[in-house]
Formats: sequence, C-alpha cells, structure tokens
Amino acid sequence: MASLTASSLINPHDLQLDDACALLQHDAKNGLQESGESPTDYLQRLIDGLCELSLKDPLTGLGNRRHFHAALERSIETVARSGESVLLLLLDIDHFKSINDTHGHLAGDQVLRVIAGCLASCVRPMDIVARYGGEEFAVIMPNCRPLFGQAVAERIRKSIASLTIPIAPMQNIQATVSIGGAYAPEWVRSTADLWIERADSQLYRAKSDGRNLVKLDQPRELSVSAEEKGLLFSHLIMDEMTPTGNMGIPPHGAPGLPTKRVIA
Amino acid sequence: MNDVLTPTDASQDVAKVPLKPYGKVLAVTSGKGGVGKTFVSANLAAALAKRGNRVLVLDADLGLANLDVVLNLFPKITLHDVFTGKARLEDAILPAPGGFSVLLAGSGMVEYSRLTPEVRNEFLRVINGLIPHYDVVLLDTGAGISDVVLFAVSLASEVLMVATPEPTSLTDAYATIKVLVGQQQRQTIRVIVNQVTRQGSGQAITHQLQQVLNRFVATDPEHPVHLVHTGDIPVDPEVRQAVMRRQLLMQNTPGCPAGQAIAQLAGKLEKIVIPKPA
Repeated sequence: MASLTASSLINPHDLQLDDACALLQHDAKNGLQESGESPTDYLQRLIDGLCELSLKDPLTGLGNRRHFHAALERSIETVARSGESVLLLLLDIDHFKSINDTHGHLAGDQVLRVIAGCLASCVRPMDIVARYGGEEFAVIMPNCRPLFGQAVAERIRKSIASLTIPIAPMQNIQATVSIGGAYAPEWVRSTADLWIERADSQLYRAKSDGRNLVKLDQPRELSVSAEEKGLLFSHLIMDEMTPTGNMGIPPHGAPGLPTKRVIA
Repeated sequence: MNDVLTPTDASQDVAKVPLKPYGKVLAVTSGKGGVGKTFVSANLAAALAKRGNRVLVLDADLGLANLDVVLNLFPKITLHDVFTGKARLEDAILPAPGGFSVLLAGSGMVEYSRLTPEVRNEFLRVINGLIPHYDVVLLDTGAGISDVVLFAVSLASEVLMVATPEPTSLTDAYATIKVLVGQQQRQTIRVIVNQVTRQGSGQAITHQLQQVLNRFVATDPEHPVHLVHTGDIPVDPEVRQAVMRRQLLMQNTPGCPAGQAIAQLAGKLEKIVIPKPA
C-alpha cells in the first residue's frame, strides 16, 4: 500500500491557482507547473513567488512599505540587543508634483524608476531600500557608524542630482532629493513610529532649508531653545513675585503643538 | 538563596533577558548633578525599608559614583569586582545604615562609563540577579544623559526625575525628559522637586514642565507624555546637617519637614510599585 504524503494528496490542477499564476506571469515569472516538477515543488515556487511579490513595489522593483516596516522592526530588535548603529534615511523627490504636472505622469514614473535604480546602486547589498510612499523612499543601513552617515547620505544626494533622466526622445530632465536621517537609539528598544518621526522631522528641515539637502538627526541633542526656556522660567519669576503659589499659567496664551509637514 | 545570586547561574539567562522595563526597578535620575539625587535615593530607600520592604540601591552612576560618600561606606568589594569576575554578586552587596542594601560602583567603574556590549550584559545580569531578592531596586543613575544613564533608565518601570526650583536644574530636567520621550516612548515620568521653598511650588513646576513639553515636543497624540508630580521635599536645615555628617536624614531626624516629605513619598511609591497581596 502506497503511503499517503502531503504531496500525493494535493493535485495542483484541483486548486484555483489562476490568479496566482497570472500575477507571477505578469511579473515575468513562470507561473505554470513545469514538466517533471513535483506538485510540492510547484506550490512552493508559487508561494515563494507570491511572497516576493507582496514585498515588492511594482513600479520601481524596490521593497514596498510592508517590506520596509518589517525590516525596520527587525532593526529595532537588533539595536536593542547589540547596540549596533543603524541609520534610517527618508528621501523625498523635490518638486515631484511639478514634474508630473509639466511632463505627465509617465515621465513622473520614469523619474521614480531611475532614481530608485540609482538609490539601489549607491548603497551596500545589506542595506534595505524601499519605496515608502508616492515620491518618498526609505533606506535602512545596518552597521552604519555615526561618522559615515552624513557621507553616505551626501553621496546619494549628489548621485541623484547628477542623473540625466530621459523622459521622452531627445528630452531629459534632472531631479533632486531632500534627505532626512536618524539613528536608532543604541541599546534602547525604541518604536518604529518614533524612529520614522525623527527621520521625518529631519526631512522636513531639509525641505524647509531649501531642498536638495541632507539633514541628519544629531543623536541626543540636548538643545533647549530660548523660547522653551522662557516658558519654563516664567513660572519661577511669577512664583518669586506672588505671595501665594500659583499654577504657573504661561504668559503667552494656551500651548499648542507646532504644525508639521506642510512643505511638499 | 545565595546560589541564585552567583554570576554563573545568572549568566546563563543573559540571552533570555527581556528588554522590557522591570516591574519593581525605579530609576532616580536628574538632568543636572547636585540636585540631591543620591540624597533622595538613599533616604527614600531608608523610608521604604522602614515600611518593611526589602530595598536595594544600585549605584548606576558608573563613572562618578558617590553613594558611598553619602552613606559613609568604604566597601572592599564593589560592582567593579563583580563586572571583572573577581567577586560574586552577593559578596558585593552591603548593608546600609538605613536598613536597606547597597551595591556600590567603586572607583574602578570609570572605565565602564561607556556602554559596550559587555557592560550592558553585565548590567543586565546584575539586575536579573537582584530582582528576585528585593521588593524594590532603586537605580541611582548618574547626572545627564550618557549611554549608561539612558540604558539604566530603560530598564526601570518608573522614572523619578529629581529637580530643584532653579533655572539650570529645570532646563536640564526638561532636556532629559525630551530625550526620554523621544527615545523610549515613556508615557509617565514622575517629578520630585527637591529644596522647595513654598508649598505648592513643586506642583506648579511640574505643571510648567508639562506645558513646555506639550508646546514644543510633539508626541503621539494617542499616548501623550504625562509628568506626574509625585513629591516635594522642602528646604530644611536638617538636610544639610545630615549631608555634612554623612548620615541619613531618615535615621537622624525622620520627623523634620524633609524627612516627613520623604516618608510620604515612600508611601506613595510603595502603592505604585509593590503589588498588594491578594
């Protein structure tokens, strides 16, 4: 009597694999069972192919946002355990909307593809490069010492600025990126959101300082602005003057959070 | 009991050590030095011990420890010897005058003031070895925000920020809070205001710190950072007397205003960190 193994129980022809096959074929991969390929091998190949697809940005071929987030979470674990120095860069193409508006969305797609290719070639194989959003990219660089961060980011910025991007026959354009970066706090288990936010606020600085710039978060910056100090001390002065304690109402109206992210 | 504390035993568990804050570890920290951080740690430990708790104060200021000065102790074996493998953890634990235990850093710890993987692992091993034996472990951290201080703070379930009502102290406390908020997503930081000259001014200072934080430090709106005013310690001539004699206030004059404030603080913290028996 023949033993019943999983592979002998599953017949790929009984399964609804058309959509999966089509997805893989569309990505220039063979989605059909090859002659001599066992059902198990075939299904494994199909699943592997779909997993790969689920992590990839179709336009640029880079990792997608899902891939990026998984890699970022892993980095946080690594940093907390080993204290390894990991740099996160966020890149945003400058004035991308006007490229789309002036040259059309196909040209915009071409700019995204070329910049993505350049970005991937600027970093080491171990680095994670992903398309984070519309015209935003992210790079996670493990084992990147603080001294090197600025140099690496500058290299990326210059390489992209020097690109000549063909968008139509006889028509080339140039594009620049703004880059913001932050290191994960060594040894400490931070969160993905906080880390992204720190890099993002540097990106915002790069944008508001004129674009085509690199701004990195200085680790553990202990700066307290004059404004902050003013508000901090206002109470002390009032406390000295008033005979009874007060609740330290700030002299300049109600506090509010500064508005963020207005520059595209 | 002793075998649980031996380095060999605990070291096997280092790989499994979770990096989450430990239940009953309290970090006593400050921005600026000289605000009475070690004074608070030692006397708070004595007050908690008086309430029947098993308390240990760990000198987590590896670079510039001065718990030994405050307590007038001259240890033969220190944390330095534990780190270098020359002594077992239980041999370095000393009884302090106030009825609690201390683990002193020792002067040789200066070389450990940088947080390397080895220092971190040793630190975790020591804390893991201590936790089963105490109700409260107080980490007397160094001033400022060195790697070691931030790491020690990340292990604690509660952070007590000691500040005095002075511009420099407030600025440094604020800067440290900013770093903690940005790095560790800590949602509650407890503020203790030392050398308070009038009633209610500690509460007002905490409120003010919170206002500035709300205004200038963008935090996750779903998880805002709360500064909780946990205690005031009034200016009291007895404090200076005790410090100069290198004695504990809680032993000499527990009934003085500062002593009463610390006792009250101990009661509050006990409720927060020690789970009531069912």
